[in-house]
Amino acid sequence: MIPFQRFLDAHRDAVWRYAVAAVGRQDADDVFQETFIAALRAYPKLRPDSNLRAWVLTIASNKALDHHRARARRPFTPGDVPEVAVHDKELADEALWAEVRALPPKQRAAITLRYAADLDYAAIGDALGCSEEAARRSAHEGLKKLRQEVTA
Amino acid sequence: MTTTLLRPPTIEGAAEAAARFAASARADVHYAVLDGPVGRIVAARTQRGLARLAYEDHNGGLDAILDDLATRLSPRILDSPAKLDDLRRELDEYFEGRREGFDLKIDWTLVGPFTKRVLQATKAIPFGETRSYAQVAAAAGSPRGMRAAGNALGSNPIPIVVPCHRVLRSGGLLGGYTGGVHRKEILLRTEGVLPPA
Repeated sequence: MIPFQRFLDAHRDAVWRYAVAAVGRQDADDVFQETFIAALRAYPKLRPDSNLRAWVLTIASNKALDHHRARARRPFTPGDVPEVAVHDKELADEALWAEVRALPPKQRAAITLRYAADLDYAAIGDALGCSEEAARRSAHEGLKKLRQEVTA
Repeated sequence: MTTTLLRPPTIEGAAEAAARFAASARADVHYAVLDGPVGRIVAARTQRGLARLAYEDHNGGLDAILDDLATRLSPRILDSPAKLDDLRRELDEYFEGRREGFDLKIDWTLVGPFTKRVLQATKAIPFGETRSYAQVAAAAGSPRGMRAAGNALGSNPIPIVVPCHRVLRSGGLLGGYTGGVHRKEILLRTEGVLPPA
């Protein structure tokens, strides 16, 4: 089993990207820290042939879900996203991810795991407890909705 | 809008977040890479105490050292430099000639019972003094004699702090050392056993 530090070094960027996309820059560190604390706890029991990237992102998606549930108790609407100038690339990206965060949980998770963390649909299916096909469908439905939101 | 517009966020902040995690999380093994007069040393501690001081170049490099610790101690290993600050301070004082012994607790997990006896006898050799392999074997109560004691010293997982450099061959020869004889010389000079270079 590889030393945990090497596992952290290998996957920290993907988890960070996922966390920023899933909950926003402000709260990304909470999700990041909680993800690796949980991973460290479970690490010795992990099967040696596991897909580590998919495993840690599964944990991250559960932590993000917890975060969204906690957030849901406070009022939030997609309309809260500020209008941004198109030339400001990073702000535009952030605004788009904020739109993704307003999607239903399955669609939101599938899109974020695919486009922020670069996980394939088979691994996304495992992470979300559904089939590869269902994961793909969730992402497509989410993207369709997103397209309507953005062009509306 | 196309999906290519949905770009992943930047990794800005990721390295800092990972460092914060490694500094605050509770792992089974915390390590740091220290640098000093005897070169780069990988130091690792557990909840029990200091378990390993490995000369990086004599042990196959950092990755090989960590792989070995993962196998023999626990894979829950983190790079947490601040958790070895006390060792760093004691080593600095030692090399500056302001410290003759180390106060850190030792974790003997990596050694068997015989080696532990030999190394404990070695740890009792005072700063600036030396013993022969035969003397250390006798002090360890070893029925197996000096060859076995020599092997035990050669496998010392915590050089410097467990001062195997104070054990010399009879007849004034330095004998071997786990980090190379040049390091044994530096340590013996630090303690005034050998004259300054």
